[in-house]
Amino acid sequence: MSWYKRLSEGIRTKTEDKKSTPDGLWHKCESCKIAISTKDFLSNLQVCPECGHHHKIDAESYFKILFDDQKFTKLFNNISPADPLNFQDTKKYKDRIEKAIANTKLNEAASAAIGKISGVKTVIAAMDFRFIGGSMSSAVGEILARAIDKATQETTPLIIISKSGGARMMEAAFSLMQMAKTSAKLAIYQKTGLPYISLLTNPTTGGVTASFAMLGDFNIAEPKALIGFAGPRVIKETIGKDLPQGFQSSEFLKEHGFIDFIVHRSDLKQKIGNLILLVGKKKVKSNT
Amino acid sequence: MVFLEFEKTLEDLQEQLEKAEETQSEGKVDMTETINQLSSIIEKETKNIYKNLTRWQRVQLSRHPERPYTLDYINHIISGFIELHGDRLVKDDKALVAGFGKVDNQTVCIIGHQKGRNTKQRQERNFGMANPEGYRKALRIMKLAEKFEVPIITLIDTPGAYPGIEAEERGQGEAIARNLMEMSVLKVPILCVVIGEGASGGALGIGVGDRVAMLEHTWYSVISPESCSSILWRNWEHKEEAAEALQLTAEDMLKNKLIDRVIKEPFGGAHRNPELACKNVKSEIKRFIRDYREMNADELVKNRVEKFGQMGVYHED
Repeated sequence: MSWYKRLSEGIRTKTEDKKSTPDGLWHKCESCKIAISTKDFLSNLQVCPECGHHHKIDAESYFKILFDDQKFTKLFNNISPADPLNFQDTKKYKDRIEKAIANTKLNEAASAAIGKISGVKTVIAAMDFRFIGGSMSSAVGEILARAIDKATQETTPLIIISKSGGARMMEAAFSLMQMAKTSAKLAIYQKTGLPYISLLTNPTTGGVTASFAMLGDFNIAEPKALIGFAGPRVIKETIGKDLPQGFQSSEFLKEHGFIDFIVHRSDLKQKIGNLILLVGKKKVKSNT
Repeated sequence: MVFLEFEKTLEDLQEQLEKAEETQSEGKVDMTETINQLSSIIEKETKNIYKNLTRWQRVQLSRHPERPYTLDYINHIISGFIELHGDRLVKDDKALVAGFGKVDNQTVCIIGHQKGRNTKQRQERNFGMANPEGYRKALRIMKLAEKFEVPIITLIDTPGAYPGIEAEERGQGEAIARNLMEMSVLKVPILCVVIGEGASGGALGIGVGDRVAMLEHTWYSVISPESCSSILWRNWEHKEEAAEALQLTAEDMLKNKLIDRVIKEPFGGAHRNPELACKNVKSEIKRFIRDYREMNADELVKNRVEKFGQMGVYHED
């Protein structure tokens, strides 16, 4: 028996016990630990009705929330990660990919789709945290780049939903260059005069923050998401001091001027729809 | 000269040589033969060590305390350098220097990370780790270069963008992101040269160029081998393996088509002959200016966006 017990929340939850979609009749909130019926939890878009904690949801769920009548066409889901460096640490990168594909039934940590929001044709790309921590690989960069190109070519508004630990280390400099790649594509998209809305969700850090996630005409965030460039642990180790309360939260970023507004998941469709109608409708060429 | 840990045998030999030379100069014993012998052993041993450098050894060389830094290159290469300070928003970040000057007859904008030589300088330069102000200063001055139609040269040498509370408060991520986007469409030619360490977003923040070159004994990757080891192996002991796995040397980066050119260093590293290192970098800059002189601005931007757009390896069925 050990002398000390860790009491911090969440620290004793094993990775395999963490699930993005709850099964069973009851769901226990990650934050306040109150159990609510799964039915209520899902109808509340996986936001805890008690404490308002926004649980992580997958790309597909965002597509369903945002697109009119939940109708959309998936794009580029034939792209999957390669292993350009034959990378191996304690595990082979190849095995990590295989496991991630098997567990998530996804090809990569990013998906894209096209559909309508408030009647306006829009491209959305969204990240999936379950797939190797939502990390940015060459394939993720390619999916995002193609989504941006698609929005440029079809002159539609663009939404990217970030949820990522940053660049994928197992692709080393290949993943680093995806930051430049996606940002360069956004520079071209800017010329269309159409809105790019960047939605930052929990967590958005590292190379994703330092590229497309911070480049929105509108940077918006879900409540209490962790958003930052350097991870809190690294900062704490570097400066040798404790971090202030609420550091790197959505609210903190809004206070410091990097987020336009914070939006509750249940208001997401309406707010984004309104934004698109306000500034994006005029320049959309084909609306069919 | 400071010897690195893998140069231990050289350090011992050098010590013996110095002793022999001292005895010789005292004039009592003739040490000529010993000196000649030692010199040739040193030469052979140096060649031996430098013939087969591991990736981790190159990382160590890239951090050699006597390696030329940005201001050394500027002093040797640029005439009439005028340094410009500040981001016009918060302050002047001394981890990153920027200004205008001439390479022979061509005005250039030059920007680079700056490390310090001694404790005081290191603190002042924040070990070459820029804050958002540094990246914003760089962008401000690159925009000036665009206005004056002057080519941009960036020198990359950073262990990373600074991870601090204030850096986060002032938007480290946003500052780097903006540079990536803006640099990719600047209407003047951009040459980027990794002269030491090219760590992650902090390096890339001034690294989006028409041509990217690396000095022979430098590294460029998404993370340092030490941090990679601590995250993937969960301790700091696997830095050599991490360096191998990351394939972060100039040679690797060229092979993977992520950079365009490798610049030769003086034998045994840039610190052994800084003047020659500067000369080699200067030739690279002159070659770049010559190659891009006639390039039309729209074509330049189109090619740059395409160049970065093509980076990455993935499957598509």
